[in-house]
Amino acid sequence: MKLLALLAVCATGVLLIYGTVDMPDWGDPHAPASIHVSPRYIEKAMEETAVPNMVTSVLADYRGYDTLGETAVIFTAAMACILLIRRRRK
Amino acid sequence: MISHLEDVIVQTVGRILIPFIQVYGLYVITHGHHSPGGGFQGGVILGASFILLCVAYDINEAKRRMTEKVDTVFCSLGLIIYSGIGVICLVLGGSYLNYSKLYRILPVNPIDARSMGILGIEIGVGITVMAVMISIFLDLASRGEHEEGLE
Amino acid sequence: MEFILTKYHYWIYIVLMMIGFYAMIGKRNLVKKIVGMNIFQTAIILYFISTGAKRGATIPIVEHGQGGAMHAIHAVHYVNPLPHVLMLTAIVVMVSTFGVALALIIMLYRRYKTLEEDEILELRK
Repeated sequence: MKLLALLAVCATGVLLIYGTVDMPDWGDPHAPASIHVSPRYIEKAMEETAVPNMVTSVLADYRGYDTLGETAVIFTAAMACILLIRRRRK
Repeated sequence: MISHLEDVIVQTVGRILIPFIQVYGLYVITHGHHSPGGGFQGGVILGASFILLCVAYDINEAKRRMTEKVDTVFCSLGLIIYSGIGVICLVLGGSYLNYSKLYRILPVNPIDARSMGILGIEIGVGITVMAVMISIFLDLASRGEHEEGLE
Repeated sequence: MEFILTKYHYWIYIVLMMIGFYAMIGKRNLVKKIVGMNIFQTAIILYFISTGAKRGATIPIVEHGQGGAMHAIHAVHYVNPLPHVLMLTAIVVMVSTFGVALALIIMLYRRYKTLEEDEILELRK
């Protein structure tokens, strides 16, 4: 059973390492992740939101719905913990 | 269960350090516009200061500072602040979470109003993250009973 | 050689991911499975952060942003802020889900008095 798990893990690793042949190089400024929407964020964030930290402006303004959802997720996690294991001993 | 253990070094260092950790957490939240930081990181630092109190003293001491009820209220208060700012934007004539409409109630121009709105929701996120970390830690450390454990 | 020097960071994340994956599917203890899941998530987070890197760029914070003279901002001078944003929220969610998973494990231990997967399956019969 453990041998089977090891084989599956090694197969996944070999496939993924084969997949890195087509991945962009380290620090490539023209990587696909860096040319689609992020130049827009970097160049316009300062003049549109007056926040020098682009991470904050993208987090809270451009992608505010995302952060609202994440906050709701951690709130739900806290409520799940309370409902699962909190026992009130009178 | 660990036996009751009072270490004078841990307690003294904790008592001295906790206010500074909390001030630093507030700094990280409110200075997130100009330096690395923001609601998530600052909230985690504030929660960690409280967890240090739990570790250095015990859970009853920590619950005397912040009771279960206050903690649960804080959990939802942050989310209410976040969505409430969105609703305020909606009432002022913009779309949901469009902070630039906040200039009608704040003495700034629409671009700085976005900065103000971001600060407001960072504070909401910070409150929620702090309360959630404390709540999860207390539940897990005392196996849900909130009375013993980590003494 | 060029290939190794420009791609080896991916291999580090893949090795980390393999460790976590093996802990998830090969171990029998439930806590070890959860910790393996966390290692897996850490590998994913490192991978995402690495996609935002740019050679010769600085952190995505405009220096002397407010009040100073507005100089032109070019995208090549700042790293990509988008993966940072996504992973910032993912880390906090990772901690929360870890808490929920540990709570579920405490419930399982209360009922079955063990955390070994095969023993729990034996007890359920």
